[in-house]
Amino acid sequence: MVNGKSMVKFILNNKTIESDLPAGTTVLDFVRYHENLKGTKIGCREGDCGACTILVGEINDDSVKYRSMTSCLMPLANANGKHIVTVEGINRPNNELTEVQRVMVDESGTQCGFCTVGFVMSLTGFFLDETEKSCEMAISSIDGNICRCTGYKSIERAAKRVSGRWSAVSGQKNSENNLDVAIKKGIVPNYFSEIKEKLVQLKQETNRPLTTDHRPLFVGGGTDLYVQRPEELIYASAENLFDDADLRFIEETNEFIELGASVTVTDLLVSPVMQKLFPNLYKHLKLVSSTPIRNMATLAGNFVNASPIGDMTVWFLALNASIVFNNNREIPLSELYLGYKTLAKSENEFIKMIRFRKDVQHFNFEKVCKRTFLDIASVNTAISLRVSSPTVKEEFPNHDKARAHAWATDTVIVDAHVSAGGVAPIPLYLKKTSEFLRGKEISDETIFEANEIIQSEISPISDVRGSAEYKRLLLRQLFIGHFVELFDFKPRN
Amino acid sequence: MKNVDSKSHVRGESIYLDDIPLLQGTLFACVYDSPVAHGVLKTVEVEEAEKSKGVVKIIRAKDLIGANQIGGILPDEPLLADGEVHFQGMPIALVLAETEEQARAAVKKIKTEIEPLEIITDPRVAFAKNDLIVPPKHFKLGDAANAFKTCEHVFEGRADVNGQEHLYIETQGAYSIPTEQGGMRVYSSTQGPTAVQRAVSKVTGLPMHLIEVDVQRLGGGFGGKEDQANAWAAMCAVGTQITKRPVKYALHRMEDMRMTGKRHPYSADYKIGFDKDLKIVTYEATFYQNAGASADLSPPVLERTLFHCTNSYFIPNVSATAYSCRTNLPPNTAFRGFGGPQGMFVIESAIAHAAESLNVLASEIQRKNLINDGDEFPYGQIAESEAKTSWTQADEKFDFARLQKEADEFNRENKFIKKGVALMPVCFGISFTKTPMNQARALVHVYTDGSVAVSTGAVEMGQGVNTKIAQVAARVFSLPIERIKVHTTNTLRIANTSPTAASAAADLNGRATQVACETILERLRKVAAELLKTENVSDISFLDGFIFNKNQPTDLDWVTLVNEGHMQRVNMSEHAHYATQGIHFDWGKAKGHPFAYHVYGTAIIGVTVDCQRGIYETDFVKTVHDFGATMNESVDYGQIEGGIVQGIGWMTMEEVVYDQNGKLRSNALSTYKIPDIYSVPKMIDIIPLKTKRKNLAIFNSKAVGEPPLMYGIAAYFAIRNAVRAFNSEQSPAFDAPFTPERVLMNLYSEAAKEMKAGK
Ligand SMILES: Cc1cc2nc3c(=O)[nH]c(=O)nc-3n(C[C@H](O)[C@H](O)[C@H](O)COP(=O)(O)OP(=O)(O)OC[C@H]3O[C@@H](n4cnc5c(N)ncnc54)[C@H](O)[C@@H]3O)c2cc1C
Ligand code: FES
Ligand code: FES
Repeated sequence: MVNGKSMVKFILNNKTIESDLPAGTTVLDFVRYHENLKGTKIGCREGDCGACTILVGEINDDSVKYRSMTSCLMPLANANGKHIVTVEGINRPNNELTEVQRVMVDESGTQCGFCTVGFVMSLTGFFLDETEKSCEMAISSIDGNICRCTGYKSIERAAKRVSGRWSAVSGQKNSENNLDVAIKKGIVPNYFSEIKEKLVQLKQETNRPLTTDHRPLFVGGGTDLYVQRPEELIYASAENLFDDADLRFIEETNEFIELGASVTVTDLLVSPVMQKLFPNLYKHLKLVSSTPIRNMATLAGNFVNASPIGDMTVWFLALNASIVFNNNREIPLSELYLGYKTLAKSENEFIKMIRFRKDVQHFNFEKVCKRTFLDIASVNTAISLRVSSPTVKEEFPNHDKARAHAWATDTVIVDAHVSAGGVAPIPLYLKKTSEFLRGKEISDETIFEANEIIQSEISPISDVRGSAEYKRLLLRQLFIGHFVELFDFKPRN
Repeated sequence: MKNVDSKSHVRGESIYLDDIPLLQGTLFACVYDSPVAHGVLKTVEVEEAEKSKGVVKIIRAKDLIGANQIGGILPDEPLLADGEVHFQGMPIALVLAETEEQARAAVKKIKTEIEPLEIITDPRVAFAKNDLIVPPKHFKLGDAANAFKTCEHVFEGRADVNGQEHLYIETQGAYSIPTEQGGMRVYSSTQGPTAVQRAVSKVTGLPMHLIEVDVQRLGGGFGGKEDQANAWAAMCAVGTQITKRPVKYALHRMEDMRMTGKRHPYSADYKIGFDKDLKIVTYEATFYQNAGASADLSPPVLERTLFHCTNSYFIPNVSATAYSCRTNLPPNTAFRGFGGPQGMFVIESAIAHAAESLNVLASEIQRKNLINDGDEFPYGQIAESEAKTSWTQADEKFDFARLQKEADEFNRENKFIKKGVALMPVCFGISFTKTPMNQARALVHVYTDGSVAVSTGAVEMGQGVNTKIAQVAARVFSLPIERIKVHTTNTLRIANTSPTAASAAADLNGRATQVACETILERLRKVAAELLKTENVSDISFLDGFIFNKNQPTDLDWVTLVNEGHMQRVNMSEHAHYATQGIHFDWGKAKGHPFAYHVYGTAIIGVTVDCQRGIYETDFVKTVHDFGATMNESVDYGQIEGGIVQGIGWMTMEEVVYDQNGKLRSNALSTYKIPDIYSVPKMIDIIPLKTKRKNLAIFNSKAVGEPPLMYGIAAYFAIRNAVRAFNSEQSPAFDAPFTPERVLMNLYSEAAKEMKAGK
């Protein structure tokens, strides 16, 4: 969709609407100031507080799937053809409360109330998506919502109660059933059952992204762009790649895993292919932003944003992944970064696909920030190791630490890729360290020497995320941490 | 009894400043603020901006019709910089445009030339230059200096504690609307409607009676909207005065963080002396408060640091001095605890220092020195103490020794994960320490349909004060809470209000409401006595909307009575006044009885530190807290949980970072981290103190807003204990917050030194 003139058409709560506002307008401004739906609040306009959380429904595998998103970072263009739900769209008549609203009241989960709608929307979204309806996952769904008043304990109790009640009545996981149950349980109003049909019809009426002739600005989820230059984006001539179905696939070939450029972090998280390959996928990806941001954040967006601490970048660097552009040029991801925010990519090139070899054996990701969740790393690092003995994988799955350790002590590293973020102007592929590790045994000496090399490869600076010396020390610790996690390695000190 | 606003909150129907429907012709304001922390303002170029699309007016200091002054306590704070700038973020010009976007776009086109002057961000440097906001304050009990001679153990050291960003989720803002005769109505997200009214009056030159300030509710305040709300309201008002149009300004988060002050950072020196039984004999402390560029509320904050510098302990000899130091940072301001937490952090550091050196548990020293009934605080008030009872009840309930032992055993078995526990007794005085502020008024109307409208000077900001006030009216009239509506806080209905602060709003305004309701009820009682033909008016009572005679139900109901009252021309409205009795303070002597009462409590916090990565989690907070007798459990428990988490945040991950140039580096939610749902304690256990004592609180229900925040201080010392369990060689500096960086650098102090040396 070319921002600027074209019409955007979508369902807002229970009515279909069209807008000729600039398609770069945020959904937040649209609902609050154009549609006068003031229930959605503004706390930061940076995706960091969740006060503006809305639900976005889209047809996927023949059912409507809902995801929570921060409307402050979402361009109207990305609402095209979808169902946008604000709190006004779930409110029941006669001041009756939905199930989620009721438990929030009953548990005193609201004090000043400014964050509250965000929590209500996230929790409502939890009942409409495919995640397991456990208390843990209910709390996970509000990991992007910040509250300054309550201290969260009351909200935790609310999440616990509402998820407990759900699991008491239904055990299904299928999301279409979820929607039916959610309607029946009074989590969302009845009109949600008609949305699917309306979306199908809408799909025929809305058009696919157009390409512009003059230097388009590629927009994925917008979670970097709308933080960095919100004003400019409203009118920018943008090519929205987020909804391009050709860019949203996860496929397994004989040798590779291939991912569309617009695959989101959540797409990775729920992908069976990825889950199989990365036993700690959930634990690791939970460290990346928050539920609503993961629902929007694309892989290509993370790579091209070129932030030195990009989590997905560091992750894929350690997988030795390569990227394929729209003109089919393919380069290793590590070669994309020339210097601080300078890329080996021409203006008209956009990333189409990411691929990496699927014979991943031992992979680990580490990240430390001031706040463990929903924060940008002070330092992050990933490692991918292949070790001798071809049968290893079946025999010693990498989450079985004790056995892996016994075996690792006399095992030689066959192949190694290590990456680190927050320690250089670019996300770093630690080339010398990776080379050094190959052919070495896993031992104190190896790790000690490797750290010496790491320290020579990095050049951290002091900033708000930590002093240079802290980052050096932290990377050392996290590097050792890889071996602790993967092989139950016992450091001397 | 749930918060009366909770249903409209969860439905998104509660109204905050930015939700007020706009009037036609509304202009949008945006500030151009100083990019430099200190300098002479040579030129301000606004021509480009004036030509910018949609711009109606750009206001500078010289355009103000009234005085360029918004200082609340001292007249030292201009609304718009004139001549000099004193901090980065100081407003210089105000752009008014047809849309918000246009206002922001125009601001970017303003250019200034500023000749730099020396920038000071460190309070000790300001002190050395004798650049103080007010003369130093001093508290003295006994003879501290001489008493050290008698001591068995003496310890000296330094403690530093950083500021804290309020991070109310609703940013600051105001909306002003012209009314007749040059007056105006100002909607403001403020804790102090009268303060806003005064500031508006000053900058516009209008008398206060032409200025109506109205506050529906705030999306969080925490002290940050006590004085700091004035500027934005004053700006909108000036805009309205000059353009005769409504003017609105709702700040963007970064504007808010950059331009507003925060909790005061402090640096302090302490010296503490003990006898051989670990009784504290004497204590000396010197506090250097980082006030920022102007006074704001720094002087009373400074005073409260002194009031709480001995926390819950009795120390016979105390000498404490506090300096309010002027720096080139935004004026620091009120924040839950109001200087008290900083004072407490310092004495807790001194105790930890002593415990570490003497190889005893800090809790041993804490316990031995708790204040008793009849002991004197350094400011002369005699304690009615619950310090020991709360400690003992907590120990009985939670078994401190067992918790300590569990941590020790765990630490013996685990090399790279360590646990730490720490205790925190709290004693916090309730009342504004400036005695004249302890007054409030309430206006109560009973309508002919029996419904009741209440207005007070209290501002609802999530703390549940309106719920408590509604409860007061409902209880006095014996009506269901739905029959009571507490309305906006409005300076036309309630004049000369004290800000909603010092945890005192429910006490003061609740009491005033009680007086108003009782006065009306007295009048109606007479009407009822006549109707029921009873001689004795005191035989009449009210229960659940019915009138009882000699405790027997009658057919007379509330609505009928009210109508009869109206027919008989009885006044069913009352504007009542309440002033706290028995409090006084003489600053000449620095002695008196400033507090209506104290709130006590004891908490124990346990943490786990991941010594591989230098990160931590809070396992539990267990507390016995002195509620008096809570009138609303769900509101009060919510205040405690929220306060504890905010206190832990202050002590752990919340790090306000200014660089040497006075530029705020932690200027957004992405760089300033407050607790999220995963970083809060896994368990918070709150047990009410059992006590029969009477107090001056409304319905005996003690103030609860501020005291629990200080329990969070234990998190700092628990982390410190865990770090020392890993690296016993290291004695981490008393320097809060204990960020993951400080944790890791202390865990691996040797390696950290090497890294620093750039090995
Ligand atoms: C609250 C919050 C928390 C965050 N936390 C994290 C975190 O923990 N870890 C982390 O790594 N990041 C984090 N981010 C940053 C951001 O979410 C990620 O970088 C995300 O992956 C960006 O993807 P996007 O699709 O939103 O990018 P966009 O904002 O849409 O685009 C980013 C850049 O990529 C370009 N681009 C997008 N798609 C393509 C394409 N296919 N080809 C070429 N160029 C393209 C755009 O032109 C732009 O330059 C956070 C952001 C927010 C707002
Ligand atoms: S406004 Fe804070 S996340 Fe959108
Ligand atoms: S209730 Fe105030 S921010 Fe959550």
